[in-house]
Amino acid sequence: MKGISIRSKRVNRSWLMDIFLFLLLGLVAVFMALPLVFTISNAFKPLDEIFIFPPRFLVRNPTFDNFRNLVILFADTWVPFSRYVFNTFFIAILGTVGHVIIASAAAYPLAKVRFPGRNILFSLVVMALMFTPYVTQVPNYMTVTWLGMVDTYWAVILPAFGMTLGLYLMKQFMEQIPDALIEAAKVDGASEYRIFWQIVMPIVKPAWLTLIIFSLQNLWTGNSAATRFIYSEQLKTVDAAFSQIAAGGLVRTGPVAAVTLLMMLVPITVFIVTQSNIIQTMSTSGIKE
Amino acid sequence: MNAIYEPNPNLDQNKAPLAAKHRLKAKMLGHWKDVKRNKHALVLLAPYFIIFFTFTVLPVLMSLVLSFTYFNMLEAPRWIGWANYARLFAQDDVFLIALKNTLLFAAITGPISYMACFFFAWLINGLPPKLRAFLTLVLYAPSIAGNTYLIWTLLFSSDSYGYMNAFLMKWGFILEPVQWLQDPRFMLAILILVQLWLSLGTAFLAFIAGLQNVDRTLYEAGAIDGIRNRWQELWFITLPAMRPQLMFGAVIQITNAFAVAEISIYLLGFPSVDYAAHTIVTHLIDYGTIRYEMGYASAIATVLFVIMLSTNLITQKLLRKVGD
Repeated sequence: MKGISIRSKRVNRSWLMDIFLFLLLGLVAVFMALPLVFTISNAFKPLDEIFIFPPRFLVRNPTFDNFRNLVILFADTWVPFSRYVFNTFFIAILGTVGHVIIASAAAYPLAKVRFPGRNILFSLVVMALMFTPYVTQVPNYMTVTWLGMVDTYWAVILPAFGMTLGLYLMKQFMEQIPDALIEAAKVDGASEYRIFWQIVMPIVKPAWLTLIIFSLQNLWTGNSAATRFIYSEQLKTVDAAFSQIAAGGLVRTGPVAAVTLLMMLVPITVFIVTQSNIIQTMSTSGIKE
Repeated sequence: MNAIYEPNPNLDQNKAPLAAKHRLKAKMLGHWKDVKRNKHALVLLAPYFIIFFTFTVLPVLMSLVLSFTYFNMLEAPRWIGWANYARLFAQDDVFLIALKNTLLFAAITGPISYMACFFFAWLINGLPPKLRAFLTLVLYAPSIAGNTYLIWTLLFSSDSYGYMNAFLMKWGFILEPVQWLQDPRFMLAILILVQLWLSLGTAFLAFIAGLQNVDRTLYEAGAIDGIRNRWQELWFITLPAMRPQLMFGAVIQITNAFAVAEISIYLLGFPSVDYAAHTIVTHLIDYGTIRYEMGYASAIATVLFVIMLSTNLITQKLLRKVGD
């Protein structure tokens, strides 16, 4: 009886407030979802529905015309659409895999090996989170030029390897690995590299799934390095193809909607698959005092 | 009486150089041993930190030095002292507009988006897991949907085909289409709206995770200790328990609030009408990648760097006091 009475002594939650709060949540959810729903619906609109007056939000007779037109549009261009798609995937995959490996390798000693200068290195990383990469734009332009990486994939990929958020999250996550586990492996004669690769890396799988989503977010679309450093048409990403189609004006509204939908689906799908791992990683993301 | 305990100054002086030499030797040896023992650590750290120093740390320092020079990428940089900064604040009217826009924009989107991230994470937290996962997806999706935000140009397009215009005209709020994206009265507001739409991102996820990890027994103890309603529970138990996440989230939201550029460029044009959506970053892009006035661009970058870092450090100080 006593236990029940304590549990029933719950915090006061008025019904009215509950209703108000969840109405608010519902409204915001609709606000967040509407543009996405609109993007999906637009991609399937036939031409006459795109230009109907008054404009209608949702599609009536969905078709795949826009996707077909997209293929036709790029069928006889100098660089085929598939090349832009390949470039986007190449940069995103290589950049992400490299980032996950390099950032995890650096995170392991920062989290688990005692060496002088460790705290200074990590506070530099935290400080780097506090300003936008735009700040380093001018010197980076010179560095990339000196390294002879202008107009290569590397101008985009190499800086992406060094993304700060990834290292930060990985290091915070690795901290919770019990030291005893690493000590035991050392006693068994495993080298630091083996410990990192065969013991630590499998444990931190949720964290590298998280690094993947943030790296994708950086590289998949809207990467400013790609637009600044890559001039050759055959090295450009879907972003560039997108602005070319969009430059065609109103008639291209359909294909533009189709590309937007295709580009949006990839990161969102990755997030759906990895959501629980990401939340698990973010639980260690706090800045400790 | 105390004499015995006082160290003999003469003795100390004689010993000092020898001891120092020994200490130095030991220290050097210690360092060498450190390096040898931590060889593995160094090898693992090297790839990341070489890239990190090349593309993040050095550029900040270079930018600081270049900001005192005239540099156009063709001739060698020429030292001109504070001239760039004087020009920025005394002559460059457009920069002052950009500064005003950026500060106004950050002052609105920063706090609102930060509180929204926490508030919605907190609301979602009480829901059953399936619904929670779904709502997390809906609220987070815009921030990872890449350049999907361009869809807002259709919603706000300026003729009567624009969805916002058609909607408002149908219900009689306006009689003729509004030029949403070209009218300086609306541009900053639209930029803020779209930025807010994009802002339930990394910090939002961190808060969801943080809330799930608050120790349940704290709430039970709180209820016994006389916490009366959910707001007290929030302030006295939940917020202090998530302080590390709150600090991380603040860093992310502040950095994003000051960094707005691409949305402004693609949505409202570059340069925007009357510079109504011009920000420090678009000004930086203008001088750094179009006019190639690298010294001047570096001065802009340095100003932005100082604003961001100081806002962040002050906020961190304030957040340390939450729930105290």
